[in-house]
Amino acid sequence: MPSLPDVMTPALETLAPAGQPAPAPQEANRDALVEWLLRTGDNALILGQRLSEWCGHAPALEEDIALANQALDLIGQCQLWLGLAGAVEGRGRTADDLAFLRDAGAFRNLLLVERPNRDFGHTLMRQFLFDAFHLELLEAARASSDPRIAEIAAKAWKEAAYHLERSADLVVRLGDGSAESHDRMQAALAALWSFTGEMFTDDDHDRALADAGVMPLPSSLRPAWDRTVAQVLDEATLTHPGEVWQQGITDMGGGKRGVHSEHLGHLLAQMQFLQRAYPGARW
Amino acid sequence: MTQVAVDTGQVWDWLSKVPDPEIPVISLTDLGIIRAVAWEGDTLVVTVTPTYSGCPATSIINLDIETALRDHGIDKLELRRQLSPPWTSDWITPEGRDKLRAYGIAPPIDGTAADGRLAGRVARLAGTSNLVIACPRCGSNATEKVSQFGSTPCKASWRCTDCLEPFDYFKCI
Repeated sequence: MPSLPDVMTPALETLAPAGQPAPAPQEANRDALVEWLLRTGDNALILGQRLSEWCGHAPALEEDIALANQALDLIGQCQLWLGLAGAVEGRGRTADDLAFLRDAGAFRNLLLVERPNRDFGHTLMRQFLFDAFHLELLEAARASSDPRIAEIAAKAWKEAAYHLERSADLVVRLGDGSAESHDRMQAALAALWSFTGEMFTDDDHDRALADAGVMPLPSSLRPAWDRTVAQVLDEATLTHPGEVWQQGITDMGGGKRGVHSEHLGHLLAQMQFLQRAYPGARW
Repeated sequence: MTQVAVDTGQVWDWLSKVPDPEIPVISLTDLGIIRAVAWEGDTLVVTVTPTYSGCPATSIINLDIETALRDHGIDKLELRRQLSPPWTSDWITPEGRDKLRAYGIAPPIDGTAADGRLAGRVARLAGTSNLVIACPRCGSNATEKVSQFGSTPCKASWRCTDCLEPFDYFKCI
């Protein structure tokens, strides 16, 4: 009978050997770059998987198709980001390996994108809060000094701009719609707001990339996001939640550091089922 | 056997007869996704750019290019993916646009892609947008958007309020 994986013994080969000098700056940058690529790719993958859960369940056929198409865009982007992450990492892992063979603790997506779908308004509010961030992130990445990042970002940016247009429109239409839709959007905003702060936290990896001129600090994206969100919520007649306590923003936690909510495990159980049940199976 | 290098103009002509797998009325060259054809030594290199990041037709397109060129006797062939500059619907040829319209798909209107700024969206919400998409069936300008997405990643759903027919609009990106 196969035994369970041993999680108690440290994997020594992954730890720096004692007495060795600190990695060279280039090496440190490579680790930071892999982290950033995983974070960016995992955001797209996990949100794409969440959106695809709507397939066959959306309130109208057109919305069903729209959500599935957005999921497709995001999963396509994730293939590019994770493919590059595997190449930079240099351990021979493909985008598929990274998507299907990692467990929750190795995922680097934001807590926001793993939140469950709940109702349609909740899904759209999550999408809007992310799209507004995604656009700013990709806008900055288009100007990255790393041409591999810049070219993927230039492509993904166009899709993100289109997504933001749709999600912002729908937040306005539902927020400024019926009393029922307004209340649902306000409730969704309240439920999701405490997961938005994590998008703009800076850690050592972020600082290493900023110092190297690869990407600006996440915190620098905040003012533009704040403006977009404030404008759309205002048009949508929704009350801005203001300053509230935020999830996952300390050095100890947060999805971008691999500390996830229980929801991610359930999502992965479904997404990775085939590879878990039939390891190495190919299409 | 040494292969006689075929003129690249001839290769472009062959590729212009390979249909897009999802919208077979237009060819790969109409769509503007073939970025370059060149000989590198005795290998023919065809550079292709994807339309949408997640478009499921991408791998079929590569297979179709390979099949077509092998049928024309090209033995040493390399397909190269090029992401930058990213594909834009502006690259769809005038002939391609005519074919789309005749097929019932309204072609993209250049220069109207979402740019992430809210001004355009606000104008549309306020009804002051000048984006007019003519119905590909009856030609009427009395049309309205049903959904930003449609039956493939590259299309949106619209309808005509004159002839009452729904139609696809090729998204501008």
